Amino acid sequence: MSTFAPYPPPSLETAEHPEQLRRVAIEPLSRVEGHGKVTLLLDENDRVHQVRLHIVEFRGFEKFIQGRPYWEVPVMVQRLCGICPVSHHLAAAKAMDQIVGAHPLTPTAEKVRRLMHYGQILQSHALHFFHLASPDLLFGFDSDPARRNIVGVAQAHPEVAKKGVLLRKFGQEVIRVTAGKRVHGTGAIPGGVNKSLSLAERDALLKDIYQTIAWCREAVHLARRLYEQNPQLYNEFGRIDAHQLALIRADGAMDLYHGGLRARSRDGQTLFDHLDYNHYWEHIFEEVKPWSYMKFPFLRALGPEAGWYRVGPLARVALCDFIPTPFADQERREFLAWAEGAAAGSTLGTHWARMIEMLHAAEVIKDLLHDPDILGEELVTRGERQERGIGIIEAPRGTLIHHYRVNEEDVVTRCNLIVSTTHNNQAMNESIRQVARRYLDGRRLTEGLLNHIEVAIRAFDPCLSCATHALGRMPLMVELIDAQGRSVDRLTRDASAAC
Amino acid sequence: MAEAGKLRVATTSLAGCFGCHMSLLDIDERLFALLEKVEFDRTPLTDIKHCGPCDIGIIEGGVCNAENVEVLREFRKNCKILIAMGACAVTGGLPAQRNHLDLGACLQEVYLTEPGLVNGQIPNDPELPLPLDQVHPLHEVVKVDYFIPGCPPSADAIWKFLTDLIAGRTPRLGHGLIEYD
Ligand code: SF4
Repeated sequence: MSTFAPYPPPSLETAEHPEQLRRVAIEPLSRVEGHGKVTLLLDENDRVHQVRLHIVEFRGFEKFIQGRPYWEVPVMVQRLCGICPVSHHLAAAKAMDQIVGAHPLTPTAEKVRRLMHYGQILQSHALHFFHLASPDLLFGFDSDPARRNIVGVAQAHPEVAKKGVLLRKFGQEVIRVTAGKRVHGTGAIPGGVNKSLSLAERDALLKDIYQTIAWCREAVHLARRLYEQNPQLYNEFGRIDAHQLALIRADGAMDLYHGGLRARSRDGQTLFDHLDYNHYWEHIFEEVKPWSYMKFPFLRALGPEAGWYRVGPLARVALCDFIPTPFADQERREFLAWAEGAAAGSTLGTHWARMIEMLHAAEVIKDLLHDPDILGEELVTRGERQERGIGIIEAPRGTLIHHYRVNEEDVVTRCNLIVSTTHNNQAMNESIRQVARRYLDGRRLTEGLLNHIEVAIRAFDPCLSCATHALGRMPLMVELIDAQGRSVDRLTRDASAAC
Repeated sequence: MAEAGKLRVATTSLAGCFGCHMSLLDIDERLFALLEKVEFDRTPLTDIKHCGPCDIGIIEGGVCNAENVEVLREFRKNCKILIAMGACAVTGGLPAQRNHLDLGACLQEVYLTEPGLVNGQIPNDPELPLPLDQVHPLHEVVKVDYFIPGCPPSADAIWKFLTDLIAGRTPRLGHGLIEYD
């Protein structure tokens, strides 16, 4: 080992002498949504010195939303992410409710939006668990990569694959009848919704809801069984001790559409509770690191070093006092009690928690389908016009923050977004460093070992697509030549140059 | 290469939102019928990291950085038929809204002057691929054989298109299947 590179380095974030080390990249990350890569730096003895999850793409939504009329925003921002478009649609619509002073919404508007949101939770959790993550869990982390996908699952476990596809379909259908279209619909508008359900639409969903709930219960049991088959591995794999953050309803219940912010430290202390989310910006700051376009949020009171936290299914199931639907709450209690809480803090326990939430979503959908308000005709309200609008919602992957300013001409002048995956940025980095230390360090790297890193990332279900909304810069010079050999685009190192 | 009688298909998302891939999955249980006819190469659903020789390549999203260019060229080189799926691939789509902006000023704002930032700086690590100053549609970089408009194109449109292609017919999207939203 080199005399210049002491081992082990204190954190695997930054190697002291990167120039002496060998680089291994996992690129692109597969079976996750969006674009990202992981780089590892290793010495000649295969000891790991640096591990980083990079977000490599940039888009610029926060900027080009500025100058648009506010009512366009809920439709535009969906194009941040085709996997959870409804989350962005609704977070923006909630912010715009404040702009138009619509408080409270009509019962019909509120319930149709909730229906849309829980449809989204159901379809996204199904997609994540069955289509993306289940191959690792069913076949093993270093199983044959040619089979380690949903096609392999369809061959080996056809019933599992079929139910996954049909669960996702049901969630997408709930979205279609509430938003007009499965991907990038238009259901929510500032102050309400533009449609409610027809009787025929409701009855079509009612026909399938009990089957859906039954399959969701099976899915929870499948996730649990997979965990129990290898408890030691599942308990320890990528485990991190993290503070946690989620929206919670006023009575302490899980509520994925609305609530106040609750944060609890890694040792169980309440950091804040029922915090009015209009003040989120006093409590959550963000750090920039030069190697990722994704920022690193932290709880301001604890500072950038210690203040990072986890959001998403694991945080929500652990932070709420109860889940307000019976089957899911029963599963929550069993999950928390399992091996004295071992699963409730483990990275791979997130899959189990995710399936509990999927079951909860199906139960909420059932209750809403029985509520006559979803057929109502009072769709929109208006009140006193405001300049600032903040909308926060629990997206499938965690807390999602939209924050806008709108001037008297109805034009957006400022936009700040903190998406779920960004909240989990440091948590994911810590988790893959733990995996690298534990399973990769000092070993010859194989495809199967590298997949271990991706297994940890997949547990968070990151939506790297959402996380690329920020803008980046161009560090060097490059020329883009078209198929005919003509120059189409050219870049320079200077970020201040015209671009 | 493909198993006998099956077409090999690769898909990827460049500067897109994955919504077009979601729409592809919205064929629902028809997915299993599709798998009788095709097998997947690189796609977001498989762990194949580089596109190999394929019959059909389907691309979502436009081209916004140097890495997108590389992946697109790899697809063109390996795929007999290349399809631009969705508004972003066909025109650049919503991400191309940034084409009229001054990138320097945007960067300043997002990474330096926004409130609540610590360590404000513009990310510039060599691991981050070079962003292009404009978002380009695919056909400005490589030859594209088919374009499917829509944001995203509907599952039925994608299904009709693929089944035509697989059956050896010229794909035709009739009334109701072509949408420009
Ligand atoms: S065309 Fe629409 S759905 Fe497809 S990638 Fe672009 S924004 Fe997403």
